[in-house]
Amino acid sequence: MFKDITLGQYYPADSVIHRLDPRVKLLGTIVYIASLFIGKTFFTFIPIAAFLVMVVILSKVPVSFILKGIKPIIPLLIISAAFNLILTPGDSVIVKFWIITINWEGVFMAIFIILRLLFLVAGTSILTLTTTPTRLTDGIEKGLRFLVPLKVPVHEIAMMMSIALRFIPILTEEADKIKKAQMARGADFESGNLMKRVRAMIPLLVPLFVSAFRRAGDLAMAMEARCYHGSEGRTKMKLLVYSGRDFAAYGVIFGYLAIVIIMRVFGL
Amino acid sequence: MELKTQNLTYEYDTGTSYAKKAIEDVNLVISDNEFIGLIGHTGSGKSTLIQHLNGLLKATSGHVYWNGNDIFSEGFDRREFRGHVGLVFQYPEYQLFGTDVLKDVCFGPKNLGLSEEEAKVRAKEALALVGIDEKLFKSSPFELSGGQKRRVAIAGVLAMRPDILILDEPTAGLDPKGRDEILDSVSAIRRETGNTVILVSHSMDDVAEYVDRVIVINKGRIEFDGIPRDIFSRIEELEEMGLSAPAISYIMRDLKDAGFNVGDGALTVKEAADKILDNFRRGHV
Repeated sequence: MFKDITLGQYYPADSVIHRLDPRVKLLGTIVYIASLFIGKTFFTFIPIAAFLVMVVILSKVPVSFILKGIKPIIPLLIISAAFNLILTPGDSVIVKFWIITINWEGVFMAIFIILRLLFLVAGTSILTLTTTPTRLTDGIEKGLRFLVPLKVPVHEIAMMMSIALRFIPILTEEADKIKKAQMARGADFESGNLMKRVRAMIPLLVPLFVSAFRRAGDLAMAMEARCYHGSEGRTKMKLLVYSGRDFAAYGVIFGYLAIVIIMRVFGL
Repeated sequence: MELKTQNLTYEYDTGTSYAKKAIEDVNLVISDNEFIGLIGHTGSGKSTLIQHLNGLLKATSGHVYWNGNDIFSEGFDRREFRGHVGLVFQYPEYQLFGTDVLKDVCFGPKNLGLSEEEAKVRAKEALALVGIDEKLFKSSPFELSGGQKRRVAIAGVLAMRPDILILDEPTAGLDPKGRDEILDSVSAIRRETGNTVILVSHSMDDVAEYVDRVIVINKGRIEFDGIPRDIFSRIEELEEMGLSAPAISYIMRDLKDAGFNVGDGALTVKEAADKILDNFRRGHV
């Protein structure tokens, strides 16, 4: 159950995408998300799908791995599709009963929203699948450095993000372990009505919270023991330097963005 | 009562670059009234194997039989079965959640469908077995010391009165005193209930003194399965697997190599001392 969570997971492989500068990948992800919302018609999914397929192939991450990340959002997909199906105004009515009307506009909208969400989740997972948390933090820190004069604690934000990302797999593994330990004591997580199931989570959540706090305390102590004191005067062992590959990637990203914008302008 | 595994194989992350066989072709028979030490190096597949024994993991291939019934056959009640094969995980204190010690220990028996009173009777009996004082019954499990927490967690499984009790590295992370307390509790449980106990460990010293049967697992395969005396005499093979024989075996081997006639198979310090004294009495100095 918890092993299905691929959010924030890293997939080790040696690929062009893995080697890209994290700043490129961060910007690429932002552009990709923006492109999903720029597109208003089904045609925009052609460049989006082409871009995603290209990145996935280059990244050498197995497709099954990316699809696994989609599984947990299926309920969300169903709910948003249902709402769009019913609530989209339109004239071409297909069925009408009681207060519910379903029209072709709604059907299109529902499919459109499902596709958009699927592409959103599949695409954004590539970022963390191909970037180690350390590199990601470095990228965020350096990419947002222009905010430092505005007194934004960029380093601290980046550090918190990387710690949070780092702890997702640890806590999911821990949740899995605790779940098994309670199952060994006869706990039942799968049957019963909603109330019963929520109550059944208590033996899982209490130890998980206790352990999260314990880990946070341990980590803080370990950081202090190594004289961590924030960003001031801190130097990097691995400096982020752009290479030719990164500039080429920027070119591809902006080219892609241009295509999507042009399509929007021309109403495709 | 009989727990049997047949050609048990389990593969992690099948079909990805992480794919790895954790256990391979494991055949074991576990019966009444045994005291077993399951020994293997870190990553040898011990923990994976024991999770198969109570049906928490389903083998990629192979079967587990409980009294002749496949535990993954249709209609087999695995929840009830887990009450028969009690598994105590590594660092079991991390599973505690109850508002007080007694309530936490009652969780298992109540899941078996027992009444509040009956669960309490069993919980108290289990807590007594692991040596937790009655004064602590009403305190929060999070206020206890590390060793106490662990014993409460073990009681949580014991309260289900399992026929087989499996303990995964029960002494991990404890100081020598805590270690001895836990191992003494385990042997008390074994003595008083007469149940089968499986002690999982990477340390021969932990198990040598207690068990009557040793199973050695290496790279997911069962390498040896027999009585401690036979297994501990194969020091070289054990070392190749990253294991060691009990510390006393090394002293006895060195003595023997130096020409003393102390014989084989001393497992505990006491046995070794007897053999050495014996050797002196016979005049073979």
